[in-house]
Amino acid sequence: VAHTGRTVGRLGEGDWDGKVSEIKKKIKSILPGTPCDVLPDTSHLPPEHSDVVIVGGGVLGLSVAYWLKQLENRRGGMRVLVVERDHTYSQASTGLSVGGICQQFSLPENIQLSLFSASFLRNINEYLAVTNAPPLDLQFNPSGYLLLASEKDAAAMESNVKVQKQEGAKVCLMSPDQLRNKFPWINTEGVALASYGMENEGWFDPWCLLHGLRQKLTSMGVFFCQGEVTRFVTSSQRMMTTDDEMVTLKSIHEVHVKMDHSLEYQPVECAIVINAAGAWSAQIAALAGIGKGPPGTLQGTKLPVEPRKRYVYVWHCPQGPGLETPLVADTSGAYFRREGLGSNYLGGRSPAEEEEPDPANLEVDHDFFQEKVWPHLALRVPAFETLKVQTAWAGYYDYNTFDQNGVVGPHPLVVNMYFATGFSGHGLQQAPGVGRAVAEMILEGSFQTIDLSPFLFNRFYLGEKTHENNIM
Amino acid sequence: MAAPWVSLRLVAPMWNGTRGIHRLGGAVVPEGNQKKERKMLQFLNNHFYDVEALRGYLLQREMSKVHLKNRFRDKEWIRPDKYGHFSPEFWNFREVPVEAVDASDCEINYEGLDNLLLLKELQSLSLQRCPHVDDWCLSRLYPLVDSLQELSLAGCPRVSERGLACLHHLQNLRRLDISDLPAVSNPGLTQILVEEMLPNCQVVGVDWAEGLKLGPEEQPQDTASPVPA
Repeated sequence: VAHTGRTVGRLGEGDWDGKVSEIKKKIKSILPGTPCDVLPDTSHLPPEHSDVVIVGGGVLGLSVAYWLKQLENRRGGMRVLVVERDHTYSQASTGLSVGGICQQFSLPENIQLSLFSASFLRNINEYLAVTNAPPLDLQFNPSGYLLLASEKDAAAMESNVKVQKQEGAKVCLMSPDQLRNKFPWINTEGVALASYGMENEGWFDPWCLLHGLRQKLTSMGVFFCQGEVTRFVTSSQRMMTTDDEMVTLKSIHEVHVKMDHSLEYQPVECAIVINAAGAWSAQIAALAGIGKGPPGTLQGTKLPVEPRKRYVYVWHCPQGPGLETPLVADTSGAYFRREGLGSNYLGGRSPAEEEEPDPANLEVDHDFFQEKVWPHLALRVPAFETLKVQTAWAGYYDYNTFDQNGVVGPHPLVVNMYFATGFSGHGLQQAPGVGRAVAEMILEGSFQTIDLSPFLFNRFYLGEKTHENNIM
Repeated sequence: MAAPWVSLRLVAPMWNGTRGIHRLGGAVVPEGNQKKERKMLQFLNNHFYDVEALRGYLLQREMSKVHLKNRFRDKEWIRPDKYGHFSPEFWNFREVPVEAVDASDCEINYEGLDNLLLLKELQSLSLQRCPHVDDWCLSRLYPLVDSLQELSLAGCPRVSERGLACLHHLQNLRRLDISDLPAVSNPGLTQILVEEMLPNCQVVGVDWAEGLKLGPEEQPQDTASPVPA
């Protein structure tokens, strides 16, 4: 029988030649020695099981992962997965941060966290050493912070400095005369008192820290995945409290991680979930059912963290303050610091409650600089009257609307979700300390080195504010 | 200029001539067959967990050695160890304030500076070529403001212009040597900014014309200035 394209088949209708080629293809794919395409490629998906899933790959999430691996009792004893939605970190607060670190807080816990972070950064090449990798250069400027206080804030500043000195921070108070002596470019009108950090304060490159953490974590065997957490699968247990009340405790046992630009998702079985999602932490908390309940109850208490947009402007001023300039925070809330050797400065100001910009995007409002920032800068530093703005950017604060301090530790009802978020603008400088605290909480059951009990979630339900006075 | 150096040698120079497998912080370019050794080591490192673990362990050991050398903190810093390495004549000098310290080539680090900062009458300090003195260490020097008049940081591989910015506290400084600092990004500009920051101080070491383009008839000048050691 001659082979023609079309045969009226004794073996039924259809294209005999086409079927033959299909059969040939199938046999070829199953035979050894050829690439077997039977299994789909899953290299972009996270693993199916992971002991800890960290939602958010910014500096806080990476810090928790680092300390978990560092403090685990057994090498390789814990599988940690870091899920980050955007691997370019285009909107992540870490990369857009001004990068400052200072100990001038009113709360002793904040001071201790910053002190530990300073020693972490100082010895970063011992903490984050990876064989064969070059040492990290954080570009740390140890120039300190200079906080200025008007007449009405002077008493609060004095008591704050007393607490800071007690905790071991090297801060000193300066009168307007001493200020003029040390920094002749300052106009001390309206300044009653100033506090100046002499050591362990300054600014550094947050990208370098992020990169160093990622590199170290990869070498320690932490899994990274680019995807978005879309669902938590929880199991509940009803229990009786000591006051004979019925309480529903939830436990997350599965995390659904959805891939970019696709409906494909991977369910990851997990034991512990860490919410380090920064400005978007409230959404992650809502996924776990936090806040779904009658208002005024523990079930109905939402996580009060929301994104707040902050602008940073870079300007050039050839006659501006010299090399010794610290990061100056004015009485009006405007702040600035030097950037590099070439007479460039950067700074900004937190807007008042009524003027909060819309956090839907990261567009920069240049009028804000003209009207709300520049006048204060020019008043404080007369040389800034002739400055020229070069560029600007915006970033999010993971703003805690309750008391502007971080949320750390487990949730009382969703027992295996731990928070490490809500630091309202000082997350970067406290990340090493907070990461260690969360890791201790998970591994030992309580805070071991720095006691962050004032930062637990319970305070939102109980209404006890852990207020921090010095916010920029 | 500088007072005659009383070379007390209180912090003995401990230059480690041999190189550890992982030289701390140094971006040393290996030449010749050292390069081959390095490549071989990197290959082994990438393929065997044991080699990686061994190198990690040796690195930890090097670091703990440095810590060990800087361990005399919070104690009377003039202290003979149990083998009596410091000569008995020291006891005669107990009441005499220390005026000058030469810590060149010494492995002093951030914690080790605790000892030097107790010297309230220190006038001259030389930290030349100290491999572990970095910007953080310079931010600790401000307690010496009343007495320190001369400071030399020549050849310190980790000092950059960011650390030099902290020296503005030292208002009594009269002579500062910042020559040969490889980590400073723009030596000429840094020299100018440091001179502006410390108006009463003679800043030595960098010729401010170094960054500028030279004309065809000019010769490049020798910027390393000799500092009495």
